[in-house]
Amino acid sequence: MTLPDTLQITTQKKKKLNPRVKALLRPGFLLGFFILSCSIILAVFPWAFAPYDPNAFDFTAIKQPPGRAHPFGTDNLGRDTLSRVIWAYQVDMQIAFFATFFAMVIGVVAGSLVAYHGGIADVIFGRVADVTITFPFLVLVIAVVAVLGPGLTNMYVAVTLVQWVYYARLTRAEIMTQMTSDYASAGRVMGYSSTRIIFRHLLPNAMTPLITFWMTDMALAILLGSSLGYLGLGAQPPQAEWGVLIAEGRNFITTAWWMSLMPGIAIVLTGLGFSLVGDSIADVLRPRGAA
Amino acid sequence: MMTSQNKSLLQVRDLTTTFYRNGRALRAVDGISFDVHAGEVLGLVGESGSGKSISLRSIIGLARDYGTVEGNVYWKGEDLLTRTDKQLQCVRGSQISMIFQEPMTSLNPLLTVGLQIEENLKAHTDLDRPARKARAIELLDTVGIPGASSRLRDFPHQFSGGMRQRVMIAIALASCPELLLADEPTTALDVTIQDQILQLLLSLAKNLNMAIVLVTHDLGVVAQTCDRVAVMYAGRLVETGSVRDVLKRPRHPYTLGLLKSVPESVPPRTPLYSVPGTPPALDALPKGCAFAPRCHMVEDICLGNRPPLSEIGEQISSACHFPEVAGEEVSA
Repeated sequence: MTLPDTLQITTQKKKKLNPRVKALLRPGFLLGFFILSCSIILAVFPWAFAPYDPNAFDFTAIKQPPGRAHPFGTDNLGRDTLSRVIWAYQVDMQIAFFATFFAMVIGVVAGSLVAYHGGIADVIFGRVADVTITFPFLVLVIAVVAVLGPGLTNMYVAVTLVQWVYYARLTRAEIMTQMTSDYASAGRVMGYSSTRIIFRHLLPNAMTPLITFWMTDMALAILLGSSLGYLGLGAQPPQAEWGVLIAEGRNFITTAWWMSLMPGIAIVLTGLGFSLVGDSIADVLRPRGAA
Repeated sequence: MMTSQNKSLLQVRDLTTTFYRNGRALRAVDGISFDVHAGEVLGLVGESGSGKSISLRSIIGLARDYGTVEGNVYWKGEDLLTRTDKQLQCVRGSQISMIFQEPMTSLNPLLTVGLQIEENLKAHTDLDRPARKARAIELLDTVGIPGASSRLRDFPHQFSGGMRQRVMIAIALASCPELLLADEPTTALDVTIQDQILQLLLSLAKNLNMAIVLVTHDLGVVAQTCDRVAVMYAGRLVETGSVRDVLKRPRHPYTLGLLKSVPESVPPRTPLYSVPGTPPALDALPKGCAFAPRCHMVEDICLGNRPPLSEIGEQISSACHFPEVAGEEVSA
């Protein structure tokens, strides 16, 4: 099925990108892409979709079950759950990005440098990584947040401080593999600078697993942000954030289940979107025609 | 052909590369010395594991990643071994270039060949972008890739093995180096392509007045292409001299053995001659001559005494106790 396509690349140059585009036209990617696009639109324009003010109390409609006026029901203060879930997209998409992006950048740069230059820096990095990985991730993050104080910014700092080690470890391993290849030696005997060899030659070839990891990590960051919000260490009430929303609904789980269920569904859906897109991107980026 | 007024471009003196494994020192290259003159083609011949590739990698400074390199490598009078990687950057790629055995893996799969050629120009010349592109097209043309300008935007996987090796040569030659280190450049290619690539290297060397150190295990290739030849065995040079002299009358039994195992003008279905035995392991080198256990004319002195590489004629050196007897079979 795919064979004729690969044959065409060599003969018809205009269709060069076809196999890659085709790889994206799969139900998994399309579903994930749809979910993520919707999430981003909701995050950017929440006011256009939320039927009510997310923070407006309505004491005439307390703990209303899902119905026509309030599709997701209302909470114990009469706030519309649908509006709160929609406004929470802003916060949670931010968490997905900021809690992973800086960790990834720091980790990738540090991992590449220690892998390429080796020596004492590599040894020190190895020990730091060992110590960090010994502790359960959540425990370490909670400890850092406890020191810095609760809140979103401090949560980003805490996650970055811990998570960069995982990116660095992965990058280091990938770069080490790439360094044994001939094109790395070729780059050196052609007299290119180490910076150029690392960031122009080795890193792009090591990027595929990193992007997959990043995508998965964004899904996990949403879960982590929600967990910390639930524990009261991340976003602070009354700010709408899925973890906070679930925590608020905890006391009413038997009488007003929708308060916790609806934001829970939003978490699952968004996480699924990131995973599906991450998997498909990994497939597309995998070097083709190496054989 | 080599003439006496050619001055030495590269002087290798007592180059020794040692690897340490499990606390034991393994000498992959053991005190080799040779000169490369401007514009000449030197063949470095030997079996697998004789230290040919490691010698090349030691000269260009790649071997020190995994071993200790001692001795001196003078490039135009300057010792390359004392330089750091950073200090080597201005020599590598612009004055000395190298091509590898595997054209399949020595190109970056994610960059177009155009970008990879231009990268060398960017690192070593002041050409601006359009000039670099023009030069890249010119280079692809020089190495015989048809439709050069349209192939700049192709990725390595869209080229065949022979074409990739041509691209590799184009990259290596981008800044007009004076010396090209070629590490078995034709081993991974099929025979017809081998010949084309060798002819290409030779004509380029002649046109650009570039010297080549050609590592190979094929004496046929040496006979075709080289001016001088150095034969390696177990990390040492066992014979050096001009190709004509060495192939006509080898002064070392190992060279003789290699020569006899080249299939030339023999009737079909004749079993090929092979030197009996295998090269010694680096951690179990014999006390005397390393070739003694496989030598057909071994004497007592060979087992106890290691013969040094000594000059035995004009431009000919051999590391054998009986250089005059060694080659008798061929001349007879």
